[in-house]
Amino acid sequence: MNQMTKPEKVAAMNEAKISAEKVQVFYGDTHAIKDVSIRIEEKTVTAFIGPSGCGKSTFLRCINRMNDTIDVCRVEGNILIDGEDIYDPKVDPVQLRAKVGMVFQKPNPFPKSIFDNIAYGPRIHGLARNKAALEEIVASSLQKAGLWNEVKDRLDEPGTGLSGGQQQRLCIARAIAVSPEVILMDEPCSALDPIATAKVEELIDELRENYTIVIVTHSMQQAARVSQRTAFFHLGNLVEEGATNDIFTNPRDKRTQDYITGRFG
Amino acid sequence: MTDTAMSYPAGKEAGQAVRKKTSLLEVDALTRRRNAAESRFKIYGIVAILIGLFFLVALLYAIFSNGLTAFNQTFVSVPVTLEKSAVEQAEASIVKTSRYNAMIDQALVAELGRAGISTDMKPADLRKILSSGAAAQVRSFVLANPGRIGETVTFELLASSRVDGYLKGRVTREALVNDKNLDAAHLDLVDQMADKGVVEKRFNMDFITGSDASDSRPEQAGIGVSMIGSLYMMLVVLFLSLPIGVAASIYLEEFAPKNRFTDLIEVNISNLAAVPSIVFGILGLAAFIQFAHLPQSAPIVGGLVLTLMTLPTIIISTRASLKAVPPSIRDAALGVGASKMQSVFHHVLPLAAPGILTGTIIGLAQALGETAPLLLIGMVGFIASNYPGSLASGFLDPNSAMPAQIYEWAKRADPAFYERAWGGIIVLLLFLMTMNIVAIILRRRFERRW
Amino acid sequence: MSLPLIVLVILALAAAGFVLGRGRAMASAGGDIRLLHSLPGYYGWNVALAAMIPAFLALVLWLAIQPVVINGQVSSMISQASIDQSSLDLVMSDVRRVAEGLDTAVAAGALTSEQAGSIRTEFTDVRDRLGQVGVALGSDVTSETLHAAQRYRELSGLGDLGRAIVVLGLAVLGAAWAWQRSNKDFRARNSVERVVRWILIAAASIAVLTTVGIALSLIFNTVEFFRLYPAADFFFGLTWSPSFGGGSELGIVPLIWATLYISLIALAVSVPVGLFAAIYLSEYATPAVRAVAKPLLEVLAGIPTIVYGLFALLTVGPLLVDVFGNGGLLGVNWMAGGTAVMTAGLVMGIMLIPFVSSLSDDIINAVPQAMRDGSLGLGATHSETVKQVILPAALPGIVGAILLAASRAIGETMIVVLGAGAAAKLSLNPFEAMTTVTAKIVSQLTGDADFASPEALVAFSLGMTLFVVTLGLNIFALYIVRKYREQYE
Repeated sequence: MNQMTKPEKVAAMNEAKISAEKVQVFYGDTHAIKDVSIRIEEKTVTAFIGPSGCGKSTFLRCINRMNDTIDVCRVEGNILIDGEDIYDPKVDPVQLRAKVGMVFQKPNPFPKSIFDNIAYGPRIHGLARNKAALEEIVASSLQKAGLWNEVKDRLDEPGTGLSGGQQQRLCIARAIAVSPEVILMDEPCSALDPIATAKVEELIDELRENYTIVIVTHSMQQAARVSQRTAFFHLGNLVEEGATNDIFTNPRDKRTQDYITGRFG
Repeated sequence: MTDTAMSYPAGKEAGQAVRKKTSLLEVDALTRRRNAAESRFKIYGIVAILIGLFFLVALLYAIFSNGLTAFNQTFVSVPVTLEKSAVEQAEASIVKTSRYNAMIDQALVAELGRAGISTDMKPADLRKILSSGAAAQVRSFVLANPGRIGETVTFELLASSRVDGYLKGRVTREALVNDKNLDAAHLDLVDQMADKGVVEKRFNMDFITGSDASDSRPEQAGIGVSMIGSLYMMLVVLFLSLPIGVAASIYLEEFAPKNRFTDLIEVNISNLAAVPSIVFGILGLAAFIQFAHLPQSAPIVGGLVLTLMTLPTIIISTRASLKAVPPSIRDAALGVGASKMQSVFHHVLPLAAPGILTGTIIGLAQALGETAPLLLIGMVGFIASNYPGSLASGFLDPNSAMPAQIYEWAKRADPAFYERAWGGIIVLLLFLMTMNIVAIILRRRFERRW
Repeated sequence: MSLPLIVLVILALAAAGFVLGRGRAMASAGGDIRLLHSLPGYYGWNVALAAMIPAFLALVLWLAIQPVVINGQVSSMISQASIDQSSLDLVMSDVRRVAEGLDTAVAAGALTSEQAGSIRTEFTDVRDRLGQVGVALGSDVTSETLHAAQRYRELSGLGDLGRAIVVLGLAVLGAAWAWQRSNKDFRARNSVERVVRWILIAAASIAVLTTVGIALSLIFNTVEFFRLYPAADFFFGLTWSPSFGGGSELGIVPLIWATLYISLIALAVSVPVGLFAAIYLSEYATPAVRAVAKPLLEVLAGIPTIVYGLFALLTVGPLLVDVFGNGGLLGVNWMAGGTAVMTAGLVMGIMLIPFVSSLSDDIINAVPQAMRDGSLGLGATHSETVKQVILPAALPGIVGAILLAASRAIGETMIVVLGAGAAAKLSLNPFEAMTTVTAKIVSQLTGDADFASPEALVAFSLGMTLFVVTLGLNIFALYIVRKYREQYE
């Protein structure tokens, strides 16, 4: 596929960070996710691929309970992170989301300064003891997101003034600043041009060192470039899951094969 | 991304906040605090809504608890013998009502005797139980039915406003100590008469259909004439603001080029919608009465002022419904060779009609309740006592309007008028409610989603 | 020829023109509709419009100009002596009344029209004669007034005749001109549409005319007022005590103070309640709660202000006295009567709650969902999201909404007329009765005031002040709100 694809054994060494079992999601009367079970490994990039409306984004939003904000949405089954059921009534979604960060399809910086955008998360979660500590968190998050050199002289300017690609990296930095363990990315490059996309992909590859990343993508090339494991969704079902290399070179299911060879999509 | 690799030192230790590994199943203290703040915030919102609803309920309670009694009025039923000679004598004298009063006095004393109520009160004093309009009531009956002279007719005469107030619980004996119109002794009598069924509270149609009465006779005051005044004003508003508003909207939405003049009109309309209504009253006074010498207090002037006031509302809603018609409809008409004008009048306008109608009704409802400009063009301060005789006089003769009449009553000294004012509000609100419900039904029924 | 008759004749001419124009076009095409440039109806309309539009325009112009010309002619007949005695306006209104009386008398058959023109005060008691036909005159008619009135009638008669000739002439000429142009190649549709377009433009211009009318009526009378009363005393005077006998002090400061004080209380009630209600409705409420609570709150907006005025005067005022008045629940004696700044402010606040909440609701809903997702995705609670992301993002819009509410409060009339009191005062005590700009506009212009006196004219200056302030607030607020909306579109 692509020379950037990482050797499969790297992925195989890691243990399961997230494990989902028989997850069902309903939107009102619509059965959006059917019986999905999957194990997502720690410090790996896992890509969810599939045609539009296949449920990959819906499933992603289950992992940090963003679906809670939609009134008609109902989730059944278990999703465990580090062995703890995140749908347990004792779990506070606020704490969960601090542990499981999210980056969205369209860059959505707050209408605040670049500094305040990054500092927002640490502030609400009480992560910085004083101003200096906060500044350090902001600087290091921006550095990790590879944005530091571009914005260090204009931290007071509004985040909305950055270019699309920079905005998306700002949003990634914003997610990192809360020091999550898992980062969910919902088609993070779909609104970006190829150059900005390349930068974000590079960033994702670097972040793998410290974070478990789940990325939903439309582009099979992107999945092949950045992920170690790939899951293929179709009509709310998880059709096939495995090492990225295997999925793309040797799909077990007919539907997967049809999809990656472009018969439908 | 090479710069990051070089510039960040050992990430986690320096700069990066490190949270200790915690279980998701235990809620930490900070989160608990934050959740408490969350609940508090939510409660503020609920409290705000409850405050709003409380005010609504309080307002409606005030209106209905004070106003419903206006629809009931105390009547005294007295059989009066209309002797031919007495009537002729009365009609021949200068102060005609005084002779009728004498007839009523006689009848009242007789009626009390029949009911077995004894009193040592003088007839003239006794008459204070009745409205001072009682004689006129008898007289107008006689004039309308000359054939019944000589018979004994049982009249339902209005009781005076204080007797009415006493039976409704508004007037107390203590309050009558310094009252020259009625004594506590009268009230004792009224109690007995009520027991015997001579005095009784009944639904009072005259409040809805009647005319205003002078300061001293609140029991006679009705809102009917000012309702007619409002009706004529609304006719003016409807027949001027609808065509003008629709024409203006069509121009602005469909034909107007993007230029300074169009911008000027647009800014103008949105600002006119927010100009205080009293300023429109000043305009009406200066332009229609001072300059154009239209008659003061006439519904036509009120209608013109309210038209200018409602136009922006109607234009804004009409434009919204024109905008809601998809361009594909216009394209389709233009595509078969219709002119722009034909496409608008044959296709867009009929499709937008329900929306326009809804907006117009809501605009009319607004105009119906408006008071301030009417004060300046003289629709208060007099007694709207006559129904207009013809269509033209309906527009041109001085009249009041419902809200102006309510204001007039609220200003009068006798608290008996307050009940009238609240009652008038109930009538006014009924009209507004009906109009709004019609608008809602129209919208539900004909609203199209493209 | 009377006015309604002229209008009817014009309409009849137009109808005839319609038929003739249509017929001529059809005839020129030999009865074959396909040979016509436009549909036959357009030819008819073309002629009808040509008959009506110039005629009606001329009629309106004539109606506006004739009284001015006649007034000028007749008033030159009034001697300086009688002007000195009362005023030209009063004498002229007498003249008009006598002239109308003569008309009525002629119509009733009490006088022939020659008699009406030749009758003399020296020989007849005119007041008595007119009284017989039901025209009551306040005083005896002087010979000068009668002469003027007769001249007035003469000129009016002449004017009316001229009006009929000119207007109907124009109608006939217009129709004839359009009729002879009707043939199969004439572009009747384009011509009609051009006229309709101008009618539409005229309708749209009425909004501008209204503003111009407001501005002119305010400016003229304000200038007139400042000629009688120094502007500096008006704007900086600390006392408001008009007396129609003269020697009034007409300082606007106490009125402005009360207006702002009441508006401030109204905003202090409506902004927190309205804003929190809007936040709850748009962020927390389930669709069912929203479907019930929102329309119920909006009922408050649909209730006419006279109702709120009555509520203030008869319910809230007495209630506040029960609490803050002498022997009240709190045992403080702060409030003497039911009408007070607090009463009016509180009730106005209630009135503005739905105004603030529905504007804020719209504005909060305009903040993109992506903002909420971004914040929630970081683990913020909903209230943190509202307070730290949504409200800051919506701030300009909300400020605009509050300014619009403030302009509403400043211009509100009925609540303050009934609830605030009548005496102008500069006081800090919110339980005292004070009076506002709008309330004084009403009180100075109602009743039997002489419109030429400074005590009445001051109302126009108050109106001017009010208009300028609210217009400024509105333009500024609408600008902010529009800018805000553009940001998220």
